[in-house]
Amino acid sequence: MHVEWFRPVTPAHARIVTRRGFLKAGSILGGGLVLGFCLPGAGKFAHAQPARAPSYAPNAFLRIAPDNTVTILVNRLEFGQGVNTSLPMLIAEELDADWSLVRSELAPAGEAYKDANFGMQMTGGSSSVKHSYLQCREIGAKARAMLISAAAQGWKVAPEACRAVRGVVFGPGDKKLSYGALAKAAMALPVPDKVTLKNPRDFTIIGKPTARLDARVKSTGRQKFGIDHREPDMKTVLVMRPPVFGSSLVKFDAAKAKSITGVIDVLEIVTEAGGSGLAVIASGYWPARLAREALIVEWDDSAVEKVSSAQQLKDYQALARKPGTLAKPADISKLAAAPKKIEAEFSFPYLAHAPMEPLNCVVHLKEGACTVWAGSQFQTGDQNAIAQMADLKPEQVTLHTMMAGGGFGRRAIPNSHYIVEAVTIARAYRESGRSGPLKVVWSREDDIKGGYYRPAHVHRAEIGLDEQGKVLAWNHTIVGQSIMKGTPFEAFMVRNGVDATMTEGMREPYALPMKLSVHAPVVNVPVLWWRSVGATHTAFVMETLIDELAQVAKTDPVAYRKMLLGDSHPRHMAALELAVAKSGYGKSRLPAGRAWGVAMHESFDSVVAYVVEASVDKGVPRLHKVTGGVHCNRAVNPLSIEAQVQGAVLMALGTTLPGAAITLKDGVVEQQNFNDYVVARMSDMPHVEVHIVPSTDAPTGMGEPGLPPLAPAFANAIARLTGKRLRSLPFDLASA
Amino acid sequence: MASLNINGRDMPVDADPATPILWVLRDNLNMTGTKFGCGAALCGACTVHLDGAPIRSCVTPIAAAAGKKITTIEAMESDKIGKAVQDAWVKLDVPQCGYCQSGQVMSATALLRANKAPSDADIDAAMSGNICRCGTYQRIRAAIKDAAKAIA
Repeated sequence: MHVEWFRPVTPAHARIVTRRGFLKAGSILGGGLVLGFCLPGAGKFAHAQPARAPSYAPNAFLRIAPDNTVTILVNRLEFGQGVNTSLPMLIAEELDADWSLVRSELAPAGEAYKDANFGMQMTGGSSSVKHSYLQCREIGAKARAMLISAAAQGWKVAPEACRAVRGVVFGPGDKKLSYGALAKAAMALPVPDKVTLKNPRDFTIIGKPTARLDARVKSTGRQKFGIDHREPDMKTVLVMRPPVFGSSLVKFDAAKAKSITGVIDVLEIVTEAGGSGLAVIASGYWPARLAREALIVEWDDSAVEKVSSAQQLKDYQALARKPGTLAKPADISKLAAAPKKIEAEFSFPYLAHAPMEPLNCVVHLKEGACTVWAGSQFQTGDQNAIAQMADLKPEQVTLHTMMAGGGFGRRAIPNSHYIVEAVTIARAYRESGRSGPLKVVWSREDDIKGGYYRPAHVHRAEIGLDEQGKVLAWNHTIVGQSIMKGTPFEAFMVRNGVDATMTEGMREPYALPMKLSVHAPVVNVPVLWWRSVGATHTAFVMETLIDELAQVAKTDPVAYRKMLLGDSHPRHMAALELAVAKSGYGKSRLPAGRAWGVAMHESFDSVVAYVVEASVDKGVPRLHKVTGGVHCNRAVNPLSIEAQVQGAVLMALGTTLPGAAITLKDGVVEQQNFNDYVVARMSDMPHVEVHIVPSTDAPTGMGEPGLPPLAPAFANAIARLTGKRLRSLPFDLASA
Repeated sequence: MASLNINGRDMPVDADPATPILWVLRDNLNMTGTKFGCGAALCGACTVHLDGAPIRSCVTPIAAAAGKKITTIEAMESDKIGKAVQDAWVKLDVPQCGYCQSGQVMSATALLRANKAPSDADIDAAMSGNICRCGTYQRIRAAIKDAAKAIA
């Protein structure tokens, strides 16, 4: 086909290049903004500076209307994990609100909404309930005190003579006023410095299985997500990004694209990592899609690395046999002469998050102001990134937090890439002489091929055992890209060349003489955290090897783990014993062809243990039943915890299915949509029962911890049935 | 100017006949209850009913709807089976992020209209085209059975 090529630089289509490019690490969080960040697995906080006293202004979090409805602003992103119900529960409890009158809204980016521990507004690391537990309760208690003060002042009685019950303040005699009647006066009062929180014995909301506040709107199609947002005169944008990461346009022909009805323009833009691409601006998604398909483009990928997964695996396997950077020391001198040895190599592919709502961003760039609507997990960072790219101050940027259709880590982006891209497009649009809001939408193909994957990994274990199967020495090496390198979090998360997100979950809590080393090659594939992060591979390796060690030691796998845990891990013990007790393990007889599988993992300060039942049907592993024992300290909303564990089980099961892998050939991602990037469906779902260990300690999170132990428990059951040890995800039983 | 019958009303639509029903709903008519998940009939988020049967609106052009009745999630609250499904969804706290749930409700409603007491295998067959990345399938299955009892 003969094509007339347009040269890209003409007066009418001036090449719009923002010299700013994409933002350097460290800039988007602002110097000194990050006060501390949790080192995963350590359960501690690395503080860069002393924490500021957070502002607990009830006014920023609560609106009480004259009709007594209480609207609670949630300073997190809701993407399914349930925070827009559980955080309001915390506030409503101490507020003594009538729960039936509570509504919730997602707060925009704002100073008052910063996480007190992180020093920035963000959602991630299964930390929302954990970090907001005390703050939300204090907000509720302070507001309650102010409502009582307002009533007491009006009645000219002492506040001690009043009490608040379910949205009403009662005074002496038959005096009573509803919160709605008192709210205006109450919120004008000074916020008390100190407040007494309830004795948890008196909780009426926290700890009760509580239905989601958004269940009905989400079941009726009424819930609006970022992708549904509409502004007057808004145009829709689809972006043609380089198929090989970081490559650039050489030339393009947009004549046919621009002739399609509804297409407004095709603009050149700078894309990430020195690349460039095209933004198709149209009246709606369909004309934008047709136009993008009609573009003829030539790319230059000569300057960038072109990754092929087959070669990468070989390279990683070779690296795993070389000495790496030390992560965890141990004396492994007994390895060489050990009477028994296990050598095992594991591989894990890149994984796409593939949330059901693809990425999208609405941006309205005006003179001196920019408004953005996005399902952002990193509001502070994103707000600063928008300001930088738009040449504005952060105060001139309004970022509305939209309900998000899934996250799994995809919407927590240290470099704010898709939001920066949208602002870049808005600048190019303005420089082309136009104005008005733009909605940038990612197609599913854009999502699957667009990078920011859970990195591919290889693990290599050399274990020396004595004749009884006791571990004498364990030399372990992990190879994979560092997620944190090059991001503003590098200073906290990468210490002495070791990225904590790669090694979390290795060795501890088990007492094992394991020396751990890592290799972190730099590869031209953007990577990101994926629900449970390092535990997505470390838990599989640890819990399948532990199972194998138990077999060699001729010990039951539950007993073996208990032996390794010793006495100093009561939460692990309790979670494991609960899963065992409720599953029938060791008691019930399984139907023929089924086997038990056990695994346990702590991540993000919560412990989950699974006992599963699985079979192999014509060579295909099949998961039937999962019994979970969960320790997350105090369970704020048991109904939500159950949902998170069921969902995490399903997502983890998905990683075992053939086709659940992103692969590259000559720099191009081979998968495109749900036909060739496989995810779990209704027919895959096992029966999941969730049991929570009762506890009164301050809550830990459950967004991610349900994921890591599932795949190893399943693999362990398969090993018991077939004698074959699965060493990769997705499962490849035929090659095992 | 084409005319589409949507939720019982004839609506004029200025769009090319090859435009998928999904984009006419979302962009032309601002009816965003029906969702975009894949654009290739692989995920079910865009499910609507065409003369009562579930179809994927992302690959069905409006020309195919000429003379037929389109029903969307927005009409399910007023539909006997649709309302029972939604009530079961709420009772069993089905949604998490909620993005796939319009499509799930549409597929479940079509299933119950055709089969008053679906078995697990029937549910698998009818619902496996609707992806949920949050993994709400166990509660969806239970809610379908609960709704079936309610309308029995």
